Amino acid sequence: MSDVCIVGAGIHPFGRTEGRDGMDQGVFAVRQALADTGIKWEDIEFAFGGSAASGAADTMVSKLGLTGIQFINVSNGCATGGSALNAAASAIKSGEYEMGMAVGFDKHPRGAFNADPAAYGLPNWYGEAGYMLTTQFFGAKIMRYLHENGLSTEALGRVSEKAFRNGAKTDHAWRRSEVDLETIMNAPMISDPLNKYMFCSPAEGAVALILASEKKAKELGGPMIRLKTSVMRTRPPGSFEVFAASIDNERGGTATELAAKAAFEQAGMGPEDIDVAQLQDTEAGAEIMHMAENGFCAHGDQEKWLIEGRTEINGALPVNTDGGCLACGEPIGASGLRQVYENVIQLRGTAGEHQVPGDPKTAYTQVYGAPGVAAVTILQR
Amino acid sequence: MGAQPIADNLFTDDNMTALIGARNKQTGHIFFPLPLTENDDIEPIALATRGTVWTYTVQRFPPKTPYAGPADPMNFKPYVVAYVSLPGQTMVESRLTGVEPEDVKIGMEVELTAIPLDPDAPADEQVMIHAFQPV
Repeated sequence: MSDVCIVGAGIHPFGRTEGRDGMDQGVFAVRQALADTGIKWEDIEFAFGGSAASGAADTMVSKLGLTGIQFINVSNGCATGGSALNAAASAIKSGEYEMGMAVGFDKHPRGAFNADPAAYGLPNWYGEAGYMLTTQFFGAKIMRYLHENGLSTEALGRVSEKAFRNGAKTDHAWRRSEVDLETIMNAPMISDPLNKYMFCSPAEGAVALILASEKKAKELGGPMIRLKTSVMRTRPPGSFEVFAASIDNERGGTATELAAKAAFEQAGMGPEDIDVAQLQDTEAGAEIMHMAENGFCAHGDQEKWLIEGRTEINGALPVNTDGGCLACGEPIGASGLRQVYENVIQLRGTAGEHQVPGDPKTAYTQVYGAPGVAAVTILQR
Repeated sequence: MGAQPIADNLFTDDNMTALIGARNKQTGHIFFPLPLTENDDIEPIALATRGTVWTYTVQRFPPKTPYAGPADPMNFKPYVVAYVSLPGQTMVESRLTGVEPEDVKIGMEVELTAIPLDPDAPADEQVMIHAFQPV
């Protein structure tokens, strides 16, 4: 089986871009990725792509060129980008194709995602009585986690502080201003213990990645960024997911734990081998839980890690070096691919102001979202 | 007509004595609420009316639709949403009442009650939802 390499990457800046729809942001990212690879659209043999709210990805061929390629739409909730990448990598590993693309884009309205109870198999009263809010789920979940693991709410503030500090250094980020810990801790509460600086916002953005076989990547002559593994997993019994009117007394594992375990096994590595990690931070608590669920630290050690600066850009394990979802916002279809984009530029050493020092060689991404899905990638240069 | 529960199949009776849960006859797995569609494997059961707070959060801003309670931003009253562990059954998502958000503690003992979705609505038009209150 051929190794799969990421030979090109493009991004449309995250945040809000008036007058440009989600699909056009996707096209922007594709053109940038093609230029980055030094190829033309005609060289792309296949594509997988998706968005949650901005239309069918395959229709972008009308803007990019009617070359007749296989273009498959992916719809996998918060794992849409990760699943597109996964499928693209499989197509190359199988030997059927030499070079193709994974693309994700989105543009969401302002404010929290609005949800319809019926779409989740729930009765109308669930929404009418005021339970149909993702923010409540995040608050209740991290409230329990902090309690069980002896962590303070200040740990949440430290995650946000770091996110904005890193976002301020990142061209593709949305929030570009630092916010100090005291300001964060005194902000209005949204869903306790999470306040307004601790949630990411629905946003806009797009990412395209060009993947190639090892042979093709060598021909292209750029840095060899190998996709060592790309894994997607769904939830095990006893996980705690959004819009649950009840959860089991007997608690279980998480989709992230399953994906992380499989990814490390496939890559023949362990958490200690990773030089930089991008972890899902829909809200500040998610980054804390995911530090442990992915195996980077023990449950309960996160606050110590944050106080010691171990997850800062110059720390032992830099986490969310572009500010993550907290600073970039969350366009659902693009979010997972943004993490991979960030790792590609980190491994190339071209991340500029937010470059991780010491020549990182291995990089990890993890997305997690509704309805209990997770996707992990490991890159190696 | 007096106060009415927000939905059929939520409480066991008109006095709103207990919540109706669902039990899978094959596996014994208990969950809440009853599924919207009938299923031969699922039977209704009365859920326990006392339990403990497993976790909670506070809804600090007025929700958008489909929320049907009072949502005027000027006088919106934040409400507590908890998961209440019912021993041997399941954890039910429920509002807490009779306790201020600052005073809620994980592990506190609570019991089932029913509260109006909009306390300011006329008494005979009130829609009742489930809630747990400190014992």
